[in-house]
Amino acid sequence: MWQPSQDIRGYPSVSKISQAFSAGKAFIPFITGGDPDIKTTEKLLYALYEAGADLIEIGIPFSDPIAEGPVIEAADERALRAGCTVEKLFDLVSRVRADINIPLLFMTYYNPIFVYGTSKFTKCCAESGIDGIIVPDLPFEERDELLEPCIAQGLKLISLIAPTSKDRIETIAQNSDGFIYCVSSIGVTGERHALDESARHMVAQVRLVTDIPCAVGFGISTAAQARKVAEFADGVIVGSAIVRLVGEYGQDCVAPVSQFAEEIKQAITDI
Amino acid sequence: MGKGKFGIFGGQYVPETLMSAILELEQAYMYWSANQGFTDELNDLLARYAGRPSLLYFARKMTASLGGAKIYLKREDLNHTGSHKINNVLGQALLAKKMGKCRLIAETGAGQHGVAVATAAALMDMECEVYMGQEDMERQALNVYRMELLGAKVNPVTTGTATLKDAVNATMREWAGRMTDTHYCLGSVVGPHPFPTIVRDFQAVIGREIKEQIYAVEGRLPDTIIACVGGGSNAIGSFYEFIENESVELVGCEAAGKGVDTPENAATITNGSVGVFHGMKTYFCQDEFGQIAPVYSISAGLDYPGIGPEHASLFEQKRARYAPITDTEAVAAFEYLAKTEGIIPAIESAHAVAYALKYAPMLGRDKTIVVTLSGRGDKDVAAIARYKGVSVSE
Repeated sequence: MWQPSQDIRGYPSVSKISQAFSAGKAFIPFITGGDPDIKTTEKLLYALYEAGADLIEIGIPFSDPIAEGPVIEAADERALRAGCTVEKLFDLVSRVRADINIPLLFMTYYNPIFVYGTSKFTKCCAESGIDGIIVPDLPFEERDELLEPCIAQGLKLISLIAPTSKDRIETIAQNSDGFIYCVSSIGVTGERHALDESARHMVAQVRLVTDIPCAVGFGISTAAQARKVAEFADGVIVGSAIVRLVGEYGQDCVAPVSQFAEEIKQAITDI
Repeated sequence: MGKGKFGIFGGQYVPETLMSAILELEQAYMYWSANQGFTDELNDLLARYAGRPSLLYFARKMTASLGGAKIYLKREDLNHTGSHKINNVLGQALLAKKMGKCRLIAETGAGQHGVAVATAAALMDMECEVYMGQEDMERQALNVYRMELLGAKVNPVTTGTATLKDAVNATMREWAGRMTDTHYCLGSVVGPHPFPTIVRDFQAVIGREIKEQIYAVEGRLPDTIIACVGGGSNAIGSFYEFIENESVELVGCEAAGKGVDTPENAATITNGSVGVFHGMKTYFCQDEFGQIAPVYSISAGLDYPGIGPEHASLFEQKRARYAPITDTEAVAAFEYLAKTEGIIPAIESAHAVAYALKYAPMLGRDKTIVVTLSGRGDKDVAAIARYKGVSVSE
C-alpha cells in the first residue's frame, strides 16, 4: 500500500480526480509508460507534475492500439521492445505515488486488463495508487465487466464520448464518474492543425444532464489550441504532441517535454 | 450486457467513435435482411453474377486412394473471383448501397477478400480502398495487381507484423475517421457485433447448399464437414446449417505453420487463450500480458491471431473441434489434390484437404465427408514453387 505524505508542491495528501478540476482548468498530459524506458517515464512523471499537470494519464503499451495514430502506436512499440509490462508500471506508480500528489490514471486497451484478470488488475491499481482507468475500446455497452471490479477497489472508470455519440451522450454522461473524456474529433489520436467545433457541442450536451467535469482530448498539440479548448472545457488532454517529443529526444526528452508542458499549463491558466 | 454474444464470446469492444457506425449497421441489417426485395436482389447476384450454387463434387479418385470415407468437395473455388469471399461481399456491398454509402474499405490477407470487394465495388459503382500488410502484398503480388485492375486502391500496411491483423487495425482506424460515406466490408466472422452475424448469414449459403446437394446424392446428412479456419467465415458458412444436426461432426482446420510447439504458428484454439481484441471477445494467440502474438502461416489468409467468436463458442460447447495443420501438411495436400483430382486448391483450403487426408482412412466406407474448398490456388502457385525451391517467373 502506498502511504500518502506531504507532497513536493505542498498540496494536502488527498488524491481524488475531482481535485484535479478544482483549481481552474485542468492540464492532463498523457505519456506512454515505459517509452523509451521505465526510468525516463519516472523522470517524466516528476517533470510533468512540476510543470503543473493536474492529472496524468499513463498509457500501458499494447501491441495493437487501434484507436491511436502513428505517434502513440510507435511509442507503444518502443515501450514493448524495451520490455515494459503492466507489472513494471505498477511498481513505478508505487514508487512515485508518495511524491506526486495528483491523480494518476492508466489508459490502456481492454485486452491487457482482461488477460491480467479484471479483479487482480484493479486491486493492483488500487494498491499502487492509481485513481482511475481509461479504456478506449470498452464502450458503455461492455463496461460492466470492468466497472464492478473498479467500484470494488474505489477506482474511477472514465467514460468517453465522441462526436459520433449524439444521442448516446445523455446516457453515458448520466452514468459517468470522475470526469468525461470528450474525444474532440473522429479518427484516431494525433496532432491536428485545426480542431473542429464538435467538442464544444459535446460539452454543452453533457452540461444539459450533469455537471461532471469534461476534459477534451485528441488532436490538441499547441498552446493556442489548448487555450481555445479550455475556454469551454474543464480540462485539456495532450497526448501525441508530448509523445512525439519523447520519440524525438529519447532519454533526453525530459527537458523539452517539461518546457512544452509549462507552455500548455501557462496557456490555460486564468481562463 | 452487450449485444451479439455467442455464449461469453463476441460483443462490441470498439472505441466510442465507432459505436454509432456499428449500431447504424446493425439497424440497417435488421431492416434489410427482413426485406424480400433485398433478399431477391442478393440471390439474383449470387446466381447470375457469382455463379451459385457451387458444385458439390464427389472426389472419386481421392476417395479410392484413401480407402475410407467418401469425400465430397464443396467447390467454393468455382465462384466468381475464385473464393467464398464473394458471398459475403455481395451481401455487404448491397447492404452498404442501401445504406447510402458510396465507398467500401476492407482488409485483406491473401487478397481473396480484397479482390472480391474490389469486384463488388466495380459492379456497384462504389469507390474502394483495400488495406493489406506489406508482407502479404509481396506474398500475393498478383492479387494486388488484380485489385488495382478492378479499380481499387491498395494501401500497404507496414506497422506491427505487416500482415492480416495489422490490415484490420489499419482499416478500423480508417473507418473511425470516415464513416458517413464509407462502409467497412469486413471479410470474416470476426470484429464487433454485428459483423460476425452478418458475415455468417451471408456465408451460410454454403451449408444450405451442401445439405440440399448431399441429400440429392446420398439421401442423408454427411458424417463430417471439414473447413479451414482463419477468422473462420467459410467454416462457419459450411457449419451453420448443420449445428442443430448433432450427428454431423464439424472440424475446423487452423494453421499450425511450422508446428504448434514452435512460435511460428497461427493455431488460435490449440495455443491461444481468451482475450478481447478487434472488437470481440474470443480466443487469441497472445502472451501472458495480453499482447497479441506475431503469428505465422504459409497461408496469408489463415495468418490471423484470433478466431470468430461463434467458433470459440462452438469449441467451448464441444460442438465443433479444431485441428492444427502445418505448412508441410498443407503443401502436401495442395500437391495431392492437384495431381489426384486435377484441382488446385487455395493454400488456405489445402489445410482442410490435409485433415481429410489423415481422417478419411480412419473412417469406414459407409461414411461421408464434405471438405469445403474455400478458394482456388492460382494465387498460390508462385509461393508454392518458392517453398519447393522451384524457380518460376510470373
